[in-house]
Amino acid sequence: MERIPILKMGECLLVSIQVDMHDRLAMQLQDDLTSRIADTAARGVLIDISALEMVDSFIGRMLGNIAAMSRVLDAETVVVGMRPAVAITLVELGLSLSGVRTALNIEKGMELLATSIGAGNGRVHGPRFD
Amino acid sequence: MIETVTPRLAKLIRDRENDILGQWIALQTASAETRRDLMSESELRQQSSDFLSALRRALDSDPQIEFGNTVWADVRSLLAQISESRARQGFSPSETAMFVFSLKQPLFAAVQAGAKDAASLAQDTWTITTVIDRLGLYTTEAHQKSRESVIMRQQQEMMELSTPVVTMWEGILALPLIGTLDSARTQVVMENLLQRIVETGSSIAILDITGVPTVDTLVAQHLLKTVAAARLMGADCIISGIRPQIAQTIVHLGVDLNSVTTKATLADAFGTALRRLGLGIAKQPQPAA
Repeated sequence: MERIPILKMGECLLVSIQVDMHDRLAMQLQDDLTSRIADTAARGVLIDISALEMVDSFIGRMLGNIAAMSRVLDAETVVVGMRPAVAITLVELGLSLSGVRTALNIEKGMELLATSIGAGNGRVHGPRFD
Repeated sequence: MIETVTPRLAKLIRDRENDILGQWIALQTASAETRRDLMSESELRQQSSDFLSALRRALDSDPQIEFGNTVWADVRSLLAQISESRARQGFSPSETAMFVFSLKQPLFAAVQAGAKDAASLAQDTWTITTVIDRLGLYTTEAHQKSRESVIMRQQQEMMELSTPVVTMWEGILALPLIGTLDSARTQVVMENLLQRIVETGSSIAILDITGVPTVDTLVAQHLLKTVAAARLMGADCIISGIRPQIAQTIVHLGVDLNSVTTKATLADAFGTALRRLGLGIAKQPQPAA
C-alpha cells in the first residue's frame, strides 16, 4: 500500500506530498504522522504541498485536523508551498485553515519553525516576525 | 392572395427604383434625424441603394415575408452592418431607425402612383407597413446589440487595467485597488496577487483601498477572502487606506476585520511591513560642511 514518507530532521518532521491525495491516503498520513510525532517527540511538522494541484473539502479539513492533532501533541505545524489555485479553491470552500501556519516555501517554513520552537537547536535564524 | 402582393411590390420597386431612391435620399437628408456631420452623402446614397435592391430581391422570392428565411439574410446583414457602424459613429437609436422608416413615404407614393384599384392599394400599403415596421424594429435591436458589445468590451478593458500588483520592496507587494469590488473583479485581483506572491516570493502584501468608493458587507467579504487566500500561501496581508467614513461604515455593518492588520494610510502599512521584515528607513547623516 502506498504511503507518504515522513522524514525526520532534528526536532522537525518533514512531509512532502508528491502524489494526488485521495481520502484513504490522507487518513493513512494522519495515522502515521501522529504516531511519528509521539515516537520522536518532534516539536515541529512541515507539510510541503507544492506538488498538490487539486484539493477538495476533505483534504482541506484533513490539513486542519493534522495541525490541531499536532498541537495537542505539542508540535507546531507549518503548511508550505500552496499553489494559488489551491488557495483560491480552499477559500471558496470556506476553509481558511485559521489554525494552520503557512509559509511560501520550505526555506521560509523552516525559518518560521525554528523561531517558534525557540533557540538552542543550532539552526540559522531568520528575521523574526513581530 | 398574399402570394401576388410581394412580387407585385418587387416589380414596382424595380420599375421605379430611381424615383424611390431619389425621394428617399432627399427625405433622409432633409430630416433632422440625419446627421450630416457624422456621415457623407455618398455613403448614405450607397447604403440606401444597397438596401433597396436587397429588399427588392427578398420581396421577389419570399411571398410569406418570413424574416428567418435565408432570402432575408442579405437584408438582415446589411441592416446589422449599417446599425453597427452608426452606433459606433454616435447615432442615437431613433436616428438609426429613421433610415428604414423614412423609406415608407416614397414607397407609399410609388404604390399610389401605380395602383389599379382600391383593394390592391390597401393590400400593398398594409404589406409595406408590416415589412418596414419589422425592419425598423430589427434595426433598433441591432443598434442596441452593438452598443452593448461596446460596453462589454470597455468593461473587460477596465478590468484588465485596474488591477496592477506592484513591488514596493523586496518581499513587499502592494495592490492599489481602484473602483468598486465585485465578485468578478475580486477573482481577477486575487489571481493576480497570488501569482505575483509566488513569482516574487513576497511574504507581505498591502491591499490599499483608498480608491474604493464604498465598502459594504460584500466588498468586505471579498477583501477577507483575498486576505485568507494570501495567508494560505504564506503571505501576510495588511489593509490600508481606510478612510474615516469607511471605518465608521465597517463598524456599523458589524464586519469583523480583527483577523487582519489594518492601517489608515499606505505609508503606515509600508512602515509596518518594513518593521516585520526587520528593515527600516534611516535618515542619512549630513556630512559636516
